[in-house]
Amino acid sequence: MTTEPTPMTGSEQGPSRTNAVMAWSRTRNGRVLGACLFGALVLALMTGPSGSAQHLTAGVRGSWLSTHVIGFLIFGVVLWLLIISGSRLRGRVQPVTEVIAGVRERALVSKPVIYAGYAVALLIAILVPPQLSVFWQQVLVSQIGIFVLLTIGLNVVVGFAGLLDLGYIAFYAIGAYTAAYFTGYPDSKPGHISPLPVHPPFHLNPFLVFPLAVIACIIAGVLLGTPTLRLRGDYLAIVTLGFGEIVRITINNSESVTNGPRGAFGIPHFSAFGYHWTLSLIPYWYLLLTVIVITLILFRQLENSRVGRAWTAIREDEVAAAATGIPTLKYKLMAFAIGASTSGLAGVIFASEIGFVAPDNFILINSLLVLVYVIFGGMGSLPGAVIGASFLIWLPNVLRDHVPPQDRFIYFGALLVVMMIFRPQGVIPSRRRARELGLAEAGVGGADALGGSEPGAA
Amino acid sequence: MTTQPVETVDASAGVEDPVVSAEGVTLRFGGVTSLAGVSVAVQRGEILAVIGPNGAGKTSLFNCLTGVYVPQEGEIAFRDREGTAVPLAGRKPHRITNLGIARTFQNIRLFNALTALENVKIGVESRQHTGPIGAMLRIPRARREDRDSDKRALDLLEFVGLRRNANRIAAGLAYGEQRRLEIARALATDPQLLLLDEPAAGTNPAEKADLERLIRRINTELDVSVLLIEHDMRLVMSLASRVAVLNFGRMIAAGTPADVQHNPAVIEAYLGRSDEDGGDDASEG
Repeated sequence: MTTEPTPMTGSEQGPSRTNAVMAWSRTRNGRVLGACLFGALVLALMTGPSGSAQHLTAGVRGSWLSTHVIGFLIFGVVLWLLIISGSRLRGRVQPVTEVIAGVRERALVSKPVIYAGYAVALLIAILVPPQLSVFWQQVLVSQIGIFVLLTIGLNVVVGFAGLLDLGYIAFYAIGAYTAAYFTGYPDSKPGHISPLPVHPPFHLNPFLVFPLAVIACIIAGVLLGTPTLRLRGDYLAIVTLGFGEIVRITINNSESVTNGPRGAFGIPHFSAFGYHWTLSLIPYWYLLLTVIVITLILFRQLENSRVGRAWTAIREDEVAAAATGIPTLKYKLMAFAIGASTSGLAGVIFASEIGFVAPDNFILINSLLVLVYVIFGGMGSLPGAVIGASFLIWLPNVLRDHVPPQDRFIYFGALLVVMMIFRPQGVIPSRRRARELGLAEAGVGGADALGGSEPGAA
Repeated sequence: MTTQPVETVDASAGVEDPVVSAEGVTLRFGGVTSLAGVSVAVQRGEILAVIGPNGAGKTSLFNCLTGVYVPQEGEIAFRDREGTAVPLAGRKPHRITNLGIARTFQNIRLFNALTALENVKIGVESRQHTGPIGAMLRIPRARREDRDSDKRALDLLEFVGLRRNANRIAAGLAYGEQRRLEIARALATDPQLLLLDEPAAGTNPAEKADLERLIRRINTELDVSVLLIEHDMRLVMSLASRVAVLNFGRMIAAGTPADVQHNPAVIEAYLGRSDEDGGDDASEG
């Protein structure tokens, strides 16, 4: 569709109109149009009524001028017009966006506005879920709530301390199986089931398992972290990826302890002060909401503390951090353990709410999805973690009704690609992270050329 | 020719009271010998300058003193105010900083996305004790320590003349300001010895004059000993009470600035041997 300009030596003889079109197609506008139309056609094919792997064009074959294809082509042309007139449009809407940015900037530094925003968000989270359909309540409790908690935890590891952890879901598994173990009954009276073949000499309410799961995850985190956190970046990612798989496969194969692939079942619901959680979803939502809000408040304090600053220092320059007296390994372990224990909490709630956990709940893709939520929301940003996880879980579920089910994740993937190109800092970036990204793009190494620019203002 | 501390007019005159001493430090990378049996001692209260051509091993010496590299041979010891010697070999960089040796880097290494104040606070906070739980719950000690570190960091920014830039992003500061911010961050760890790695590199004459005053004040007002790597000879000569010269990983001379300036080995190292005074081999590396 677009080709690099070739020397026009022998083709002067051709019809001049073709030449003009050819020449135009090599201009920037021509290339953009080509790319837009190509993209539109690909989209049309992908979303076609009966696209299949064997016949890629099955959806449009025989009816290239179907409304479907034409619709997408029009979309492509409109997109092209938007792009080529982008600078002019931007100039026209600039005053408006500046006003909005100004208001936002002022709102973000004024404490009452921030607290009012949080209060409204909390009210919505309390009042709206009971009005939702059972399907959406299910999504909210067993997907969004749990994964928001996981994302907040991973945000400490990846966002605050800058450690790439691809085996994060292992701690979730450890939390869930800790719950399955400690809620077992030592006796076998009627109604007393043990979720696992093994059980402790006492039975615990899931609430009391929380601290045990936290301890188990901290131990696991420290065991994994001590030898591996000396590694950096990619190497750490690979080791943690391996760890996640080891945990899952170990659970899968230790039949006599974990029931293997059949999983643990019959994990009891929470109960406290005579109140019993049951299969009904809204009480579980409030439980999750409470845990999430408490975690958010604690982590916010942590971020703005000595510990949070030390993490930022390590993330930015480990050598300088050590030279400034920060025990880097200790702080990295701390981040790992705190992230892991949050994951453990989510595991306990999940196990108790569903009543059943199996190794299949802890596959690699779940680790990757949590990482995607963190990055999408904005690394290092707590509101970002909440928004990122919520939105990206909501999206495939809402698409369920509108597109062929097997296509859902194409939209999900496309959204991620577009997002990373146009807004790599995430939906709600943390200020520090946004600055870092701005500096990296400016090619910083402490160059004084940056004097005038104010990165992070955008 | 070897380390023969020529006594100066400083307070340390006549008394051997090294804050840090290195004995026969040898550092090799594969076949390359970066430091060969270097012995040097920084006396408490002095400003010792280390000079030498590029690649002489000056920064390697710094890295050995701060635990970034572990030398294959030799002893390095830190002595606290009570005079107890603590061997540094094999100690982690952050432990050495906690003992009381702080440093700056040749190529400035600030936490670029943080404000000037936050950069310095991180240094102050290396001496504090609030753990993650205390920080999460914001217990009274956490609040008190946070207030303390704010105050101390602002004082230090005032000291280096960056008080007005406290809330600016480190990367947005001018080059000379970044140098001074890095010094403030190092001072925030409450050191007894400050290692400055080419602090004047890339600064203009006015900034250089400021820097000279600042280093002198660090030495006298804060009572911090200074080990200085610097290429600017005017700065070295005016600041240093003693000068040590490295060349090809060996210490070729040490003494007062005036002595060193006239030492034939030093002249040879910097300018090369000329045919006329070829016989003058006062020093074999």
